[in-house]
Amino acid sequence: MSGLLLLLPLLLPLAGTIVLLAGSLSVGFQRVGAVVCSGLTLVASLVLLVAVDRAGILVVQLGSWEAPFGISLVADRLSAVMVAFSALLGAAVAVFSLGEISRRRIQRFFYPLYLLLLFGVNGAFLTGDLFNLYVWFEVMLIASFVLTALGGARAELEGGLKYVILNLFSSALFLSAAGILYGVLGTLNLADLAVRLEASPDPGWLQAASLLILVAFGLKAAVFPLFFWLPASYHTPPSTVSAIFAGLLTKVGVYALIRVYTLVFEPLFPQAQGLLLAIAVLTMITGVLGAAAHFEMRRILSFHIVSQIGYMVLGLAFFTPLALAAAIFYIIHNMVAKTNLLLISGIVIRLQGTADLARVGGLYRSAPWLAVLFFLPAFSLAGIPPLSGFWAKLGVVRAGLEGGWWFAVAAALVVGILTLYSMTKIWAEAFWKPRPEGALPLMAGGVGRLGWMVVPVATLSVCTVALGVFGEFLFAFSERAADQLLSPQEYISTVLAGRGKE
Amino acid sequence: MKDSFILSRAGRLLFPLLLLLSLLVLYRGHNLPGGGFIGGLLAAASFLLVGLGDGMAEARRRVRIPPAVLMGVGLGVAVISGLFGMLGGAPFLTGLWLPSFSLPLLGTIHLGTPLLFDVGVYLTVIGFVLHTVFSLADFGWAEQDEEEPG
Repeated sequence: MSGLLLLLPLLLPLAGTIVLLAGSLSVGFQRVGAVVCSGLTLVASLVLLVAVDRAGILVVQLGSWEAPFGISLVADRLSAVMVAFSALLGAAVAVFSLGEISRRRIQRFFYPLYLLLLFGVNGAFLTGDLFNLYVWFEVMLIASFVLTALGGARAELEGGLKYVILNLFSSALFLSAAGILYGVLGTLNLADLAVRLEASPDPGWLQAASLLILVAFGLKAAVFPLFFWLPASYHTPPSTVSAIFAGLLTKVGVYALIRVYTLVFEPLFPQAQGLLLAIAVLTMITGVLGAAAHFEMRRILSFHIVSQIGYMVLGLAFFTPLALAAAIFYIIHNMVAKTNLLLISGIVIRLQGTADLARVGGLYRSAPWLAVLFFLPAFSLAGIPPLSGFWAKLGVVRAGLEGGWWFAVAAALVVGILTLYSMTKIWAEAFWKPRPEGALPLMAGGVGRLGWMVVPVATLSVCTVALGVFGEFLFAFSERAADQLLSPQEYISTVLAGRGKE
Repeated sequence: MKDSFILSRAGRLLFPLLLLLSLLVLYRGHNLPGGGFIGGLLAAASFLLVGLGDGMAEARRRVRIPPAVLMGVGLGVAVISGLFGMLGGAPFLTGLWLPSFSLPLLGTIHLGTPLLFDVGVYLTVIGFVLHTVFSLADFGWAEQDEEEPG
């Protein structure tokens, strides 16, 4: 039943969405349903990850329509590990939400939308079809747009509007590219595209399509100069929502870039490499400078998301086995650490009423446990050994040195130091300095039990440490995943296996 | 809104016809123009016509089920239609058909899981459209911004 194995990470969140949508609107039912469903999804994704790592690529041809005519779901190592970690975040953030999401939001279908978002993200990781990828992007967009704007407050609507307009624009570009590819090559199945692209007589159109796709995915991944929607919309919704967005949405964009450039556009890569390098370096630098200029925790962290995306794209731009492995490691490390930091900013808001660094303080004295929990992901993000971020950065930097990309390596190191500066700023302002005059009353922002917020944060902090301590194990996995990406023959032959039978 | 006698009368008369038409469009959709999506839009339009003539409260009363539940049930039906194929060991969403039979008036009838999937789409679309329109009709909730303890 390998088909079921591959389908469960999709069917479970979908079933959860359905049950919570059609079932009782009572707060208890919705909460229990969401946590149970995201927990089951996590178990199913871990089983899938182990199976794919041992047995190789899994494929399901939906509806028995063989590729390239039907829609294939494909899980290789990269897809499976992305699904597994997004499910981990999904479960952790679902538990966190018990302490933050109000009754009013729950009764406006917060949890069905949350599970729909997980469904869309997993679908984007698992699909083997370009048009289907567009559909999954839309599923994610619908769910995430409503999640941003659910509160109906002015700031939320404003952030949500920017978010939806830019993402729709990106979808339109993506769709045009898919149209061009279909017109020129006559297929949209990724494996089939890879086969036909090599024999194509019309490289001009393909170049155009690949660049349109680069812009479209770049917008989703929030790279320079298309990142501005992200810091504008991530600090307005509840921390639960911004944390899950930070962990998943931009990473789907990076995943899609890696997927199309390793599988489909591999022959066109040499022309795109310079562009990708420039984008990566500029993304790192502008993100970290934006973060340095801000003074609100969630805004700082949002700019850091942008900056970190630069490292991942840099890994793709170097395009060596080591660099791709480092990019995969980086994505995993970053999903865990970044989500955790945004969850911590939610606890800070909970404890002190705001995450504006000018108006909070004294947390080291009043909540030393939180200081420890913050310290781990923050310094991991800055790349301090032995935390996970160190290995991720080390991998990218080594790959850069091997390839002789001195400038990019220098940028990556300087950005690392500036990241440390931002994290130190949060540390000094929120934790170290005494509570300022005129701060909001303590415990002003709460709706549920604080314990629900602390448990997932602690779990993710432990994960960050574990990813660092057992970094070698994960890095070995990333290398296997990168090898699979760089020799796409296995992917192509597994997906198109049914074609010979007719 | 001021009551319009013509709109209200026409709505009441057209309501059953439109609903019937939507079912017909749903059924023929597998191989001909039509299907769950268009059928669902037609069915939703029939409720909205009543809503325009006699007020949204009357439209809500005629739907009986909350639209969100309808969406959930529709998605559920679509998923279940995909599971039948898996029972036989085939991939998810594989189509299975019952032997066709004849009925007086209607001719040959084909029933199978793709039709069930379309029924799911039909219900989901009705639920979605009505949920959207009813929410817009009750506009005003956006005023209440404050979070209340949950």
